[in-house]
Amino acid sequence: MKPAPFEYHAPATAADAAALLAQLGDGAKVLAGGQSLVPMLSLRLAFFDHLVDIGRIEELKGIERRDGSLWVGAGTTDAAVEASAEVASAVPLLAKATPLIGHFQIRSRGTLGGSIAHADPAAEYPAVALALDASMEVVSPRGRRTIAASEFFAGLWTTTLEPDEILVGVSFPVWGGRSGFAVEEFARRHGDFAIAGAVIGVELDDDDRIRRSAIGLIGLGSTPERAAEAEAELAGRKLAEVGPEEVGRRAMATLESIPSDLHGSAEYRRRVGAAMVARAWTTASEEALHG
Amino acid sequence: MGDVSVELSVNGQRRKASVEPRMTLADFLREQCRLTGTHLGCEHGVCGACTVLVDGAAVRSCLVFAVQVDGSEITTIEGIASPDGELSPVQSAFRDCHGLQCGFCTPGFVVSVTAFLRENPDPSEQEIREALSGNLCRCTGYQGILEAVREAAAAARRGALS
Repeated sequence: MKPAPFEYHAPATAADAAALLAQLGDGAKVLAGGQSLVPMLSLRLAFFDHLVDIGRIEELKGIERRDGSLWVGAGTTDAAVEASAEVASAVPLLAKATPLIGHFQIRSRGTLGGSIAHADPAAEYPAVALALDASMEVVSPRGRRTIAASEFFAGLWTTTLEPDEILVGVSFPVWGGRSGFAVEEFARRHGDFAIAGAVIGVELDDDDRIRRSAIGLIGLGSTPERAAEAEAELAGRKLAEVGPEEVGRRAMATLESIPSDLHGSAEYRRRVGAAMVARAWTTASEEALHG
Repeated sequence: MGDVSVELSVNGQRRKASVEPRMTLADFLREQCRLTGTHLGCEHGVCGACTVLVDGAAVRSCLVFAVQVDGSEITTIEGIASPDGELSPVQSAFRDCHGLQCGFCTPGFVVSVTAFLRENPDPSEQEIREALSGNLCRCTGYQGILEAVREAAAAARRGALS
């Protein structure tokens, strides 16, 4: 099918884009890479009178080290993230998650900010942002503000962005020390949205105790989820005394809204999720131990 | 809803047109440029038949509006062979390895593989399979296509050596 008609706007700056959103109101939607929005328009699952294309705004693109974090412009394509040596060394979890997004033809257009603002609970970038405590830099006609990832995802495809706010960039904390990262997903076919998945970071102290961990969960709620209680229970323990199955079980313990559909029941997803956490934990802790 | 004028290069030719914003790049190529080698299967980003190169990168032309790529250089399947009609190494390999049957998905495969081998001239078997995962074939099956990619990569390496 073809999308319904809309008016097209291509502002040159993020401030102009936010002003347009304020002026156009509810009938307007931001168009970034369009790899989620255009299918929804084509299937007529969504209609908008106005699309505000932010794809030409240069200030939204780029990857930079800023103090203790890595800033990625919201309009940076997945392909640029995938190709970046800076991302691979500073935020390995982001680099490991990127090849699992769709297919390479999707990644050449899809953007990091588009995925995070779209807030699909089964997508990779929202889970990575949540697990790593990323912060979202947003702009509106009232100025700029920062939203913590923990405050950003409000529900299925819903964020706490105001209607006239635009995501400008995302800052990911850079982990140091003896840390390891892994992403595991189970999908029916390569490139599909995962039935369940996990993104994990582990940092060890010199005594092989868990200094901190980050456990983000994909496809296991109406938003990306974080197993914060499991992380707290693991902190300070000897890595050797923590079994991966235990981590998987703990990570699933607090989930309350696991989806259920024709691809799998909630109970099935819980089992798959626990297995993905266990696998990712094993890989990430190996990497933390041995580099 | 106002039309928007766009100017882009398609297979090296300048194209100027006034388009409805909702016109996808795929429809622009097929209807305005009459380049019907870009096929439309699903029209929502699943099948890969509409794959074209935008500034060298493989994209699904059904998921891009023509207005978004104003000023870009587009290469379609019609621009893959040499101007004299000699098939590209990827096209030759698809023919030699029986990588096509009905041909509907072939333009998308050839364009995707062209971009993939440019980025990764010596791919592993796993990398080839991942690269092909974004294109669907419903008749001839994937074995011939996999073989075609291996052959195209090998042919390019032989070409680089000679």
